[in-house]
Amino acid sequence: MVPVLLILIPLITGLALFAIRQENTAKTIAFLASILSLAVMLAGMSIWNDAAHLTYNEQWIGALNSRFHFDLDGMSQLLCLLTTFSFPLIIYGTWGNRYVDANRFFGLLMLSQAGLLGVFMSMDALLFYFFWELALIPLYFLCSRWGGERRIAVTFKFFVYTFLGSLFMLIAMIMLYFKAGNSFAWADFVKTAQTHASSGSSQELAIFLMLMLAFAIKMPLFPFHTWQPDTYEQTPNAGTMILSAIMAKMGVYGLLRWLVPVVPAATFQYGDNIATLAVVGMLYASFIAMQQDDLKRLVAYSSIAHIGLMILAIFVPSYSGLQGVMIQMFNHGINILGMWLVVNAIEQQFGTRKISELGGIAQKAPVLTILLVVVALANVSLPLTNAFIGEFMMFNGVLGSTASQYSVIYAVAAGLTIILGAVYTLRMIQRVFYGELNTLTMNTREVSGYVQVVLSIIVVAILVIGIYPKPLLTLTSDVSQQILNKMILK
Amino acid sequence: MNSIIDYVWLVPFFPLVGFLLNGLLRNSLSKPLTGIIGCGTILASFVVSVLLFIEVKNGHTGTVTLFDFISYDKTSIPFSFLVDQLSVLFLLIITGVGFLIHLYSTAYMHEESEMHFARYFAYLNLFVFSMLLLVLGSNYVIMFIGWEGVGLCSYLLIGYWFKNIEYGNAAKKAFVMNRIGDLGFLLAVFWLLAKIGTVNFAEVFDNANLELLTKNDFTIITMLLFVGATGKSAQIPLYTWLPDAMAGPTPVSALIHAATMVTAGIYMIARSNILYTMAPLTMNVVAIIGLATALLAATIALKQNDIKKVLAYSTVSQLGYMFLGLGVGAFTGAVFHVMTHAFFKALLFLGAGSVIHGMHHEQDIRNMGGLKKYMRTTHLTFLIGCLAIAGIPGFSGFFSKDEILAAAFAKNPMLYILGAAGALMTAFYMFRLYAMTFQGKFRGTHEQEHHLHESPAAITIPLVVLAILSAFGGLIGVPEFMAHHAHQLGDFLAPVFAKSTALQPAHEIDHNTEWMMAGGLSLLIIIVIALAWSRFSKYQKTEEEAGGFGKVLENKWYVDELYEAVIGRPTNAFGRMMEKLDKYGIDWIVNGVGRSVQYASRQARLIQSGQVGSYVLLMVIGMIILFAIQVFLKK
Repeated sequence: MVPVLLILIPLITGLALFAIRQENTAKTIAFLASILSLAVMLAGMSIWNDAAHLTYNEQWIGALNSRFHFDLDGMSQLLCLLTTFSFPLIIYGTWGNRYVDANRFFGLLMLSQAGLLGVFMSMDALLFYFFWELALIPLYFLCSRWGGERRIAVTFKFFVYTFLGSLFMLIAMIMLYFKAGNSFAWADFVKTAQTHASSGSSQELAIFLMLMLAFAIKMPLFPFHTWQPDTYEQTPNAGTMILSAIMAKMGVYGLLRWLVPVVPAATFQYGDNIATLAVVGMLYASFIAMQQDDLKRLVAYSSIAHIGLMILAIFVPSYSGLQGVMIQMFNHGINILGMWLVVNAIEQQFGTRKISELGGIAQKAPVLTILLVVVALANVSLPLTNAFIGEFMMFNGVLGSTASQYSVIYAVAAGLTIILGAVYTLRMIQRVFYGELNTLTMNTREVSGYVQVVLSIIVVAILVIGIYPKPLLTLTSDVSQQILNKMILK
Repeated sequence: MNSIIDYVWLVPFFPLVGFLLNGLLRNSLSKPLTGIIGCGTILASFVVSVLLFIEVKNGHTGTVTLFDFISYDKTSIPFSFLVDQLSVLFLLIITGVGFLIHLYSTAYMHEESEMHFARYFAYLNLFVFSMLLLVLGSNYVIMFIGWEGVGLCSYLLIGYWFKNIEYGNAAKKAFVMNRIGDLGFLLAVFWLLAKIGTVNFAEVFDNANLELLTKNDFTIITMLLFVGATGKSAQIPLYTWLPDAMAGPTPVSALIHAATMVTAGIYMIARSNILYTMAPLTMNVVAIIGLATALLAATIALKQNDIKKVLAYSTVSQLGYMFLGLGVGAFTGAVFHVMTHAFFKALLFLGAGSVIHGMHHEQDIRNMGGLKKYMRTTHLTFLIGCLAIAGIPGFSGFFSKDEILAAAFAKNPMLYILGAAGALMTAFYMFRLYAMTFQGKFRGTHEQEHHLHESPAAITIPLVVLAILSAFGGLIGVPEFMAHHAHQLGDFLAPVFAKSTALQPAHEIDHNTEWMMAGGLSLLIIIVIALAWSRFSKYQKTEEEAGGFGKVLENKWYVDELYEAVIGRPTNAFGRMMEKLDKYGIDWIVNGVGRSVQYASRQARLIQSGQVGSYVLLMVIGMIILFAIQVFLKK
């Protein structure tokens, strides 16, 4: 029941919004629907927390033996919680942004939420693919209709690039379908992988590469990332928030659900290659982040570095590392949301995102500064913020992992980004918030109350998880252990 | 069972409350109320610390677990506090000296507006909270929380006057350099977890776990931890942030950059003493780096003219001595020096603050002189501080420094000779500073002279208290050769270092030798002081620039310039290169794929020409190809 509600609420709201022309009504409805989704999700994690409520399994396309199968295990709960928690914050946090045809904007936003939730719950490959595209397409329209100056070229690239990845994923899924004896069920995929010791076969390698490509583009993994900074820059801020806070997690989730347990032998065999790309990408993105003048591009590259660590911890696996990835998927989502909200507030007020044009904001907007500083500290994973827990467990997992002979080198090289992260983050704080006021920032106003509220919620979440991470860690402990068990081969 | 130890969480709790109150209510609190919250919470922590000290003195120690922080597999990292001899001693220093500095700040910062006044005290309380976590943590992870927390507060307080870009840069530099060290610390933690699956002190230092570690493990772990220490405690090569950190308000320099935070590295190594004892190679490195830092910083201090910069380099140098002590196995001596240094260096910084306050923000000692007439209390207490740091027999610095140097002598006489040379330089630059500031004629403007005044009681009371401690604080560690069984501090700390003591070869130095060394060095120090006094008490301003070697020292051996050239600029250049590569390399290939597809489809479109003849031709070619494949595959 919970999965069905989670899909239907945003889906119906999204479709209905196309008919409602009044801007504020549309916005309010979208906001209330997102709150309702959150309520359902929270109910699913508390009073309805049992198999009967959390799974849904019905016939879908009989001829293909594909089923409407949703399941909310710990990992799905975590990501659905992230999604349903983020949407109200995104809608309320950008309340002051004005859009032409606002009802369509919010309609697409809600459709995208339906797609995302479907992705995180599907236990059937075809269904997964269906929602994967459903989540993407509304975002494409959001960007191409409401985006920045270069939106057409950028969204075209974004769409073609990610769609290409999706197509390869579809081919891989079909190959797996035959391999699993004409079944799209995730459980059958996994069972086949565990029983057929098909390690090293070229077919498995092909499947691995195609799935990997799809997820690598989505996260993104270096060197498949170049669509991302442009797209983040050109997409309207609410869209960027969805893209980076939630959609990037689709790739990581995809790895953990649909790649690692499904093609474990190839994962093991090519783990070092992917891990190397991840580490190179982390350093690469950190160095580039240090050079960025546009706030959105800075956050975009910083995000590539952070996601890189998750990929590393998946391909140099250990229990600690996987648990770190789990909790970090959630943390990264809300932290980057906080960063975007600050960026959005700045852009709304000054009409620019250029670091070099700003300065001295702290003198006039102390509340915004304090909230930003806490979010930024989480971005550099200072202890007692949520990101420290995730990064600590991931680094610890990588260094202690027995899966790769290079684990120490990976951990040390990736560790350098801890230093580089501090460099670019503090540089940004200093240039934008400290120093003297200039002509542009002379009349800075304190950020609006609703942004303060949303950022405060994020700050509280950052600190609560950072001080007492246990509930989130417990939520995913079983799933992490299962994934790890399926990984250990040879 | 209701021991005061169970309430140890109150010690960090009070400053946390102070931070929250001052931080959240900063717009509505009056300055006196802010001051009362700021100082009162630290005083409350001090009272609890004293009670804890008494409890520990009576032989009770313990661990208090608050909740489970991170756990996975069989590893559990609790949020828990360790109360033992070492941590209580640090508690007393942090809350005791901390309280005095908070009190001092109420007067020193009075020019700030209410809101910024509250912000200042909020940061200061947050600092004390973090520092208390650092020393109370019963495992390396909780220690690390405090470790990075104090780094953050240091960043916030150095950049307290955030309008000033220079200050902001100094703050950033401090944070980044600390982060480099922190990475070392973290890697050491991961190494420990990988090898023995625990970071709790009680378990790590347990014989069963120590036996699981190889000689290499010991070296790697201790080296990595030491990298952390060089960042936090400003040792070569990561010391250059500390002098720049003087951009912060002077009480901050006294508390964070002299008395407490910078001694975190010494605390951490003293805490891990058994690991270091098992890694002789690291011990040597620690001793050499410590000694080298002590000497390098002392030479720079000889030529500085900013009153705070002299003290900053002096701090770096004294920290070097502490590491020398740790490196030669004199753990007690190093901790002893942390304590006496906290007294006299806090005193000197606060004295300097009083001078700066009296001189209306003048920091250049070339523009001072003759201040003893105007600021009697400041003058007298500052003099006591100078005597203590110089190591005049009877004052606190004498005992702690002597203990370190004696242990260095036992290890290798060369270490002693170099260490003693550093001590002579210390005496020289301190009395150069003293004489130029307080003796001779006033060299400032008439305006300044007219306003010269002794500072208010909130400033002089801490000075007097610290002066008393600087003068007599050393008496709790009188060496064996002077009085039998008079080293109370050594006896108190003995349980913490028991394992290391048992493993170290006992090196007794002949008592006569010790008398001669201590006496000889003291005599030389007195001569050097007389020299500095006579030369600088009649100092006259000259326009001449220092030439030759003096210039090198004045410019701090050009180390900052070197770092900028070797690390700073190449890093930026590399970043720019990567950005170009991203745009014109990787993205170009991606777009290239797109372009070639478009190109190919444009070409392919031409085949659809609409002429039946060409279609037939293509069909024939296709059939031939298919036929060829068929034949080829049959073979």
